[in-house]
Amino acid sequence: MSTATETIEGLVKQEYKYGFYTDVETESAPPGLSEDTIRLISRKKNEPEWLTDWRLKAFRHWQTMTEPTWPKVHHEKINYQDIVYYSAPKKTGEGPKSLDEVDPKLLETYEKLGIPLKERERLAGVAVDAVFDSVSVGTTFKKQLAEKGIIFCSFGEAVQEHPELVKKYLGMVVPYTDNFFAALNSAVFTDGSFCYIPKGVRCPMELSTYFRINAANTGQFERTLIVADEGAHVSYLEGCTAPMRDENQLHAAVVELIALENGQIKYSTVQNWYPGDEHGKGGIYNFVTKRGLCKGRNSKISWTQVETGSAITWKYPSCVLLGENSIGEFYSVAVTNNYQQADTGTKMVHIGKNTRSTIVSKGISAGHGQNSYRGQVKILKSAANARNFSQCDSMLIGAKCGAHTFPYIEVKNTSSSVEHEASTSKIGEDQIFYCNQRGLSTQDAVNMIVNGFCKEVFKELPMEFAVEAQKLLGVSLEGSVG
Amino acid sequence: MSKPILEIKNLNAGVEGKQILKGVNLTVSAGEVHAVMGPNGSGKSTLAAVLAGRDGYDVTGGEVIYNGHDLLDLDPEERAREGLFLAFQYPVEIPGVNSTYFLKAALNEIRKAKGEPELDAMEFLTVVKDKMKLLELNEDLLKRSVNEGFSGGEKKRNEIFQMAVLEPKLAILDETDSGLDIDALKIVSHGVNKLKRPDNAQLVITHYQRLLNYIVPDFVHVLVDGRIVRTGGKELALELENKGYDWILKGEADRTRDLQVAH
Repeated sequence: MSTATETIEGLVKQEYKYGFYTDVETESAPPGLSEDTIRLISRKKNEPEWLTDWRLKAFRHWQTMTEPTWPKVHHEKINYQDIVYYSAPKKTGEGPKSLDEVDPKLLETYEKLGIPLKERERLAGVAVDAVFDSVSVGTTFKKQLAEKGIIFCSFGEAVQEHPELVKKYLGMVVPYTDNFFAALNSAVFTDGSFCYIPKGVRCPMELSTYFRINAANTGQFERTLIVADEGAHVSYLEGCTAPMRDENQLHAAVVELIALENGQIKYSTVQNWYPGDEHGKGGIYNFVTKRGLCKGRNSKISWTQVETGSAITWKYPSCVLLGENSIGEFYSVAVTNNYQQADTGTKMVHIGKNTRSTIVSKGISAGHGQNSYRGQVKILKSAANARNFSQCDSMLIGAKCGAHTFPYIEVKNTSSSVEHEASTSKIGEDQIFYCNQRGLSTQDAVNMIVNGFCKEVFKELPMEFAVEAQKLLGVSLEGSVG
Repeated sequence: MSKPILEIKNLNAGVEGKQILKGVNLTVSAGEVHAVMGPNGSGKSTLAAVLAGRDGYDVTGGEVIYNGHDLLDLDPEERAREGLFLAFQYPVEIPGVNSTYFLKAALNEIRKAKGEPELDAMEFLTVVKDKMKLLELNEDLLKRSVNEGFSGGEKKRNEIFQMAVLEPKLAILDETDSGLDIDALKIVSHGVNKLKRPDNAQLVITHYQRLLNYIVPDFVHVLVDGRIVRTGGKELALELENKGYDWILKGEADRTRDLQVAH
């Protein structure tokens, strides 16, 4: 049976269940952003000088920039001086060498989140890097992966252990000049995951990072860098949660993917940051830059995202298709309920010959939610015979929400083809009644109909995540029908 | 006589302030097949919708007792779980929702309501395979999304197939014959007849008599302008077919006049 229609029962009645706070002693920088803050972060992380300089350059550039106003979202002005840019669970002496030395409270936190790190280590299948506020608290399966030459560790560790790789690839896809939030991230990023799959290696398990914001008034700025060398394959998962708070919190991450010749990266996200309460109070501002570079011939990068959380989502996982015959994919489900706002989509930039891209976007709006798809397909003159297929479907639940589509298409040669399909539907009362008449409750009916709507995207998710995603969808839409 | 499953007493109902049902009385007992016939706009589909609990219909008077309980007090899904099934005139498509999954969820809701254990996927498939044969349905249909891309005939057969799986106590067939060719009509009718048991009942709503060649009713009711104006045996349907609804309408007009005079 298809996983996309597994049962969601029992979970639909829940509220945001990850909204708890872990009381751990933390070491934080005072709020505010200056060159001193950046030097402090860099010093805390014992970084080489080139990286400190890179951060400072990013910061200086950021100061010349203004926050973008083109997304179709509204929020209070963010005061960047009120944010704490560094917060880490306090270390006693040296950092933990293995999971056994990690603060039990932290392990407990991840257990509560359904990510039992210690257990995961024993269960084959998924290697996890757990990021708590600004730092990575532990990575599982490191040894087994190292045997294959795979590097999977926190970003901070990569800077210490593999500086040459970090230096070579950092900023290659998302330069610090790229946009306002990418520049900010480049200046203040504190940790994240680093992953390198060597030539010809197919990563034997799913790699995943689990991001958790815990401290108050803290921004989370992590940076993820994944490199698939020639002929390497990897599937990577990302999950996120945060406590329930009345204030908005900023999350501005950068993810860079690089696939060399015949390399393949599959990147899946289930984003469930705290979305704010039903009146729109609190919640995470999720302003993220994600981009992949298909650098080599026949390389492939595939993004799959399920966005159910955050007060505001602003994110466009993109592919730059440089290598000949390279393939870019984007599969997305974005849900906005209550007062959530999402402006999300992708950019596919075709540079190489015979490059192909596929975009499947499913937006679901309920309550007062506003959902925008914003996508750009750009085919350069050099990209002979490039092809793109885009499909954007929106579903509306109730009468107070909105769905918007902003497709931009730019084709600079005559041998390429671009297809765009779009649809907007209202979840039908007749569909719900039909389900009711067969004995299903309205909430179950909505979950079923929405899951059906998202099936094309869910089938792209790794099994374990697909189930999680459906459950989340059920929770997110709880109470969306009267 | 066996105990009534459904008792409709002086039912008045309408949509957006417009009265459509104007005092319907009808009793259906276990083991019986009732046909409700009537011209377009007489309120046949409204009757089905009100019984199933569709939103947007206002009951302005009367009562409906189902299984000894007040039916109108229940939500649509509660009615379904109590064994009331509506075969839709226009079955709805639900893209992306697998037919097997949908039907399994429905059956398990009904089983839960009855206090029976839920069926797992394997047990469910065993139940389903048997019933598919009854409707001469292609197994491939089960793998597709609910009604999506089904032909008109497939949709109607699928409704009866669902009925076969859910084993309702009272099945209401709303214009199940519309849009069916003669072969499909035979298959659907055969299925419905096979599902007839001493402990369940069927209420067949139709505009044409031809369905009743295959599903033979115990009673035929003629609904005109929101009221049942004539009740008879299966021969009434034939009479209607021959003489047309005008015959009843005219008779009804005369009778109304007589009644008014009498008052």
